[in-house]
Parts: sequence; structure tokens; C-alpha cells
Amino acid sequence: MAENELPPAVRMRSIVKSFGPVEVLKAVDMDIVAGEVHALAGENGAGKSTLMKVLQGVHQITSGTIQVNGEPVTIRNTADAERAGIGMVFQEFSLIPSMTVAQNIFLNREIRGTAGLVDDRAAENAARKIFDGLGVKIDPKARVSDLGTAYWQLVEIAKALSKEASVIVMDEPTASLAKHEVENLFDLIETLKKRGIAIVYISHRMDEIRRVADRITVLRDGRVVLASAVATLTAAEIIEAIIGRRLASDLVYRDRQLSGDAPILLEAKNIASNRVLKSVSLTIRAGEIVGLAGLMGSGRTEFARVVAGMDRPTQGTLSIDGKMVRFATPIAAQQAGVALIPEDRREQGLVLEHSVADNLTLPVLDRMKAGGFLSMRKLRDATEDLVTRFAVKASDPYAPISQLSGGNQQKVVVAKWINTNPRILVMDEPTSGVDIGTKTEILDIVRDFASRGNAVLFISSELPELLAVADSIVVIRQGRSDLPLVRTDIVSEEQLQLTIQGDAA
Amino acid sequence: MTSATTITRPALVSRVMTRLDWRSNIIYIAFVIVFILFAIFLGSDGFLSTNNMLNIVRQTATISIMAVAMTFVIAAAEIDLSVGSIAGLASVVTAMTTTQFGLVPGIVAGILAGAIIGAINGGLVALLKVPSFLVTLGMLGLAAGLAQWITSSAPQPITDRIYVMIFGGGDFGPVPGMLVWTVVAVALGWLVMNRTGFGRKVLATGGNPTAAAYTGIRTARIKFSVLLISGIAAAIAGMLYAGRLESGRFQWGQGDELTVIAAVILGGTSLFGGRGAIIGTLFGSLFMGLINNGLILAGLEVAQQQVVRGAIIIAAVALSRKK
Repeated sequence: MAENELPPAVRMRSIVKSFGPVEVLKAVDMDIVAGEVHALAGENGAGKSTLMKVLQGVHQITSGTIQVNGEPVTIRNTADAERAGIGMVFQEFSLIPSMTVAQNIFLNREIRGTAGLVDDRAAENAARKIFDGLGVKIDPKARVSDLGTAYWQLVEIAKALSKEASVIVMDEPTASLAKHEVENLFDLIETLKKRGIAIVYISHRMDEIRRVADRITVLRDGRVVLASAVATLTAAEIIEAIIGRRLASDLVYRDRQLSGDAPILLEAKNIASNRVLKSVSLTIRAGEIVGLAGLMGSGRTEFARVVAGMDRPTQGTLSIDGKMVRFATPIAAQQAGVALIPEDRREQGLVLEHSVADNLTLPVLDRMKAGGFLSMRKLRDATEDLVTRFAVKASDPYAPISQLSGGNQQKVVVAKWINTNPRILVMDEPTSGVDIGTKTEILDIVRDFASRGNAVLFISSELPELLAVADSIVVIRQGRSDLPLVRTDIVSEEQLQLTIQGDAA
Repeated sequence: MTSATTITRPALVSRVMTRLDWRSNIIYIAFVIVFILFAIFLGSDGFLSTNNMLNIVRQTATISIMAVAMTFVIAAAEIDLSVGSIAGLASVVTAMTTTQFGLVPGIVAGILAGAIIGAINGGLVALLKVPSFLVTLGMLGLAAGLAQWITSSAPQPITDRIYVMIFGGGDFGPVPGMLVWTVVAVALGWLVMNRTGFGRKVLATGGNPTAAAYTGIRTARIKFSVLLISGIAAAIAGMLYAGRLESGRFQWGQGDELTVIAAVILGGTSLFGGRGAIIGTLFGSLFMGLINNGLILAGLEVAQQQVVRGAIIIAAVALSRKK
């Protein structure tokens, strides 16, 4: 079969997309070939999602052409895209939680039986057939809200397949998956490839891209800066293309000349709590950033919750400035100078419908008063100050924060809490889903904060950034902490990874 | 993952209690408990007589019909507060038109009154994106005022025997007409909710509007449709009031919106959209009628009835709420 002569499944040429005066895509070309995994990379705001939404009919292109299997197509809405055979697995899941798996797969294309009535059983059988073909076990009659997020994704893939999609777009598909679920997804991607389905794989994770993708297109500021086969590229080359002129070496440790006799700000001794924590001890001196490493479920987040007063320890003691504390509520912890930046910014860190300004000033409203009422001027000044100081890229600080990219949202979260003047900042996965450029900026903010004599507990599963920012690292395994590793103890990232994996490896 | 699969199948009570999400089925439990309590304490007052049972059905038919339509509205994550007023308005419009122009124009006019108001509600919500709570709150006052205005607050008698027979006054042998209306409304509602594409679109719109829109569902049209349907159903309820009580009055249906919404929520429909339980709604509505009937038989004053009814609704809704 002369595969080379076949036109690509999708050929996009000179795609331009503007939102008002802002050009988000500037003449983007991209070919997606049947049976390949095509990685799409770039920083947040580079135009990845917009490009895919254009293909999916969520947005309309300003100019340019799209061909599907050699035929020019006009995609004005999602129905057009569907007819052209393009399916999308959305990052923000797009299922109806209250409906069953089968009902979701065939939503708006219900299988009809007698008298034109919806035939759920036929839909269930059809769904079962799709899942069998994929080698996955999901009950088509199960309600989606009762399924884990890994299954949601499978349901979305099945939904796309049921529409005979020849191109499936996966936007950060592993973001909410556990390790073994990621393996299952990769197996599934292999199955789809064998069927000749093209997959566009949007991801920030180099290891995943290098593992599953055949080709890669990198976008920066709305332009294609790299389009190549993945096998010929090193991770460093890809990263360089993504972040451009900035050096990848931003993720390098900077010695901030800590003095060993700075006072101890936070001390935890043998902390245990009901659930996961068995015995965790660590100390953080003024000016120090302590990294907390460990696998998912090792007790990292649980420890952060205890320090922030959300959970109470069943054993052990917590001291601040050498004085023992017992926090009854998170507010008590805040009053003692502890701020927690939680893991999930969308759920816990931000009010998404509110503006950047409202989100920034929410924790410090008490300071924004003049004569008992909120002072608009103080609010405006504080917002301007924070937006500048933390380099938040927002075209309008009074527009809803949901319009910002993930990295900028996270900057707002960090800015908001640092502005409350805490002395101990606990950060749980502060850079997840954030592009490398923003990541280095956040790390700088953290370093700067610590250098002013504050303490930081930095929790992360990304070792490069942990190694870049932490002055010492505590590894936690199955609820127990090791002795802290100082910089000279850490030989390499690989060795640290082995320590974290511990007996489980 | 498998636990969700048995929800609609009949099973042993113990299994039902442990495996089912009992909170969303609280209405059946509440209904049975209250029924048994009334049977024990009010049996001697004639609670269990066939006549009393049929009375409950007769009195709840209007609520049931409005509640079936309201189930679609709430499943689409909207609300319609104007149903009681629409019923009152439709009752006087149909009565006046029947008296002046005859049976068929009277029926058409009554339904048209509800359809127009429903279309205005739906249009404002779908096109101008005004929250349905506000639109229908305004319409509640508007329709009630209109009904009072055009009748100068006077009752509008209906003398047309056929009208009275069709709309609730008549019986089919031993079967009261009101029972037939209820059964038809519930059957139709169940079929549309569970076995048509429209029902799915309503649930999808209420369950996750973004996902529904991405799937190609015109959610604005769905919102318009449910409010239109609710208006028409409310008009039919108003005509049933007019038929059963042989007159149209602006007071008919006043305050029904609260009973209707309570019935729907008690029945297991999520106030946040995405779920619509038609059979639950029927039992929710019958439950409201049951309590009314029992409290009257127990000899409570109107004021006391209101207190007890309110307390029972709050308790049931609180129990049915998910953690």
C-alpha cells in the first residue's frame, strides 16, 4: 500500500485566529496523518487549545484552510467537525454526570427503537461493543458520576469512536490519572493507532511525548517553531523550542547562602493523623525552602493539611518559633502565619467566575477598608501592585479569572497568599499544569519570598523543579519521613527518584 | 462501578436500602410511612375509604400535571415560579371565552393563554439570558394581576356542561376524570423524559450545559421549550380548576408554585438539574395531597395545617439532600 500518496487525515494551512484585536494563531500549518500520534506542545497561551478548538468547531478560523482526507472542509460548529470525523477528548471533561455511560456516548444521536422511542438497551449493547474493541471494562449502564475520572476519559474516547472519528484530540489526557491508568491509556492509544486513527496528543510532559508520540509540533506565541519526528529529538531540544530564548537551565538550583544558625520557624515532630500519616518530622529555618517528595498517596498532602490546620494530628507536635501550636481551624493556622496553596487551584484556590482583582484581594479585604467600607482606590492600587509584582498576564484585571491561562491563574493564587504576609508558606504541587516559563517565574517568587526570612514547604512530584528550588529535601514514604537530605546528599535525580520509590520499586 | 447498575430494577427491600441511593428515593419511603400512620390513626375517620382515596387524586390532579411539566423545567436547571398565576389566568380566560364564544374557542383560548406566557418566559430566558427565577417571579405577579384585572376580581361562571365534564367534573364510570388526566400526564411525561431525544437533551442541558452545547444540543431552545411546556401544563391545570369548580377565578392556583416545586424536589429531581424523576414527582404530588387530606381529617385548623405541612416538606427535602 502506497501510504505516502494518501493525503493526511487533516491538513491545516495558514490558520489564523483572532479574538478581537489579539491574534492567537498566526499562520499555523499542521498535518495530522492517519495512524500516528502527533504531539502538540507549547507553553500555556501558545495557542494549542485554540488550534484544537478551531479544528473541533468550538471557534471559527479567521483565515486559512482545513482539509480532511484531501477534501477542503469548512468547520463552523461542532456538528461540522463531527461530520468531518474529528473527535475531541476534552481536558475539562464534557460528559453529563447524571447520565449513564451509554446515554452519554449516544447523546444527541440516540439509537431509536419502536415508534421512534429511544432504545437504551441497544445503546448499551453498542457501547459494550466499543469497549470490547478497546479491551476495556466499563459497564455501559453505570452512571458517569459513579465512575473515576480515568473512566470518564475512556467514555469520551468511546463517544468519539462511536461517531466514527478518524482524528481524536487528547488534551492533557494524563493530568488526572494514576500511574497504572496512564499505562492503560498508552495501551489504548496503541490500539487506536493500529486502527488507523490519528491522535493529537497535547501534553506538557516530555517523558510522555517521547514515549507515545511519532511526530511533534511545537507552538510558541501562535506560530509553529518546531515540526519534526520525535525520535530524532532530545528532551532538551523540545524544551528549548517550547520556551524559546529563555534557557532551560532556569530549573537549576541557586544557592541562596543560608546561614545554618537561622532560627527554626517550623518544627514538626513525629506527626501522625488518622488516615495516612504515621510519623513525619521536619524543621524549616527562616529563609529556608524545604522540599517534600514522595509518591501519590505517601502522605504529602495529608501533612500539608495538618500544618495548615485543616486536619488535626493524632500524635506528634507542631511548633512555630519554638512554641507548640495546636490548630483547631485553618483560620487559627492563618493567624499563626501559615498559608496553604492547595493542590487543585480550580477547586480550592480560586473563585473562577470572579475577576483577577477580586481573587487577589479576597484574603486581605480587611486591609482594604476606609471608614468601615471597602475603598475602591485601595483595592485598585493593591491589584495593580500585585499584577505588576507577580507579572500576572491579564489583559483586563476585572475580567473573570477563568479566562486566564493555567499558569497565570496559578500566579494569582501564589500572589494572593504571599500578599497576606504569611511567615510559613505551604505549597502543594504549585506548578502542576503550568508551562516551563511560568514555572521558573513561580520558583523565583518562592525563592524571593523565602529570602525575606520566611519558611517554605514545597511539595512536588516533579523532581527537576524540586531540585531547583529546595535547600533540603525530605522524602516521605507510606506516611513516614526520612532524615532530610541536604544538597550534598543528593547525587542525582535518578538516585532521588529511587529513594522516593523506596521499597515499592 | 457496578453499584449504579441496579437502580431501576426491583429488588428486595433490604437490598434496595443498602445498595440504592436511598436519599433520592426518600419520597417512596416517606409516602408509605405517612400512609401507614394515617391509616392507623385516621382509619376510623374514613381515611381508607375508596371515596377518600379518589378525593386525594381529584384534589392533587392539578398539582400533578403542573409538577410533571415542572420536572422538565427543574431537570433543565431552570425554575418556573409563575405556574400558579398562569393557572389562575387560564381559568378566567377559558371561562370568559367559553361563555361568550362556546366550547372550542374557550378551550383554545385557555391553552393559548398559558402558551403565550410560557413562550414569553422561555424567550426571555433563552434569548436574553435572564435567569428564569427572575423572569418567572415577575410573571407570577404579572399574570395574577392580569387575571384579576380582566375579571374585575369577579368569578366567571361556566355553564357549559361538556366543558365541565371534560375538565374534571365528570367521571368515566367509577373512574374520576381527574384520575384520567393525571395518568395521561404522568405517562406522557415519563415517556418523553425517558424515551425520547428531547428528554435526553433536557437532562443534558441541566446536567452540564457546556458539554451539552459541545455535543451539538441547542440549549437555549431546550430552555425555551421546557418553559413553554410548563406554561401550557399550568393552563391545563387552570382549566381543570375551572371545570371542577364550574367557574374561573383569579385565585385558582394561587400559591401552587410552592406545592408543585416541593413535589418535584421531594420526588428526587435534582434542583441543580440533570435528573428528572417523573414517577417520583407523581408520588411527591400525591404525598402533598395525602398530608393535606390527613391533616384535614385530623381536624387541624388551616393555620396548623400550614405549619405541619411546611415542617414535613423541610424534613423530607433535608433528608433527600446528598452530602
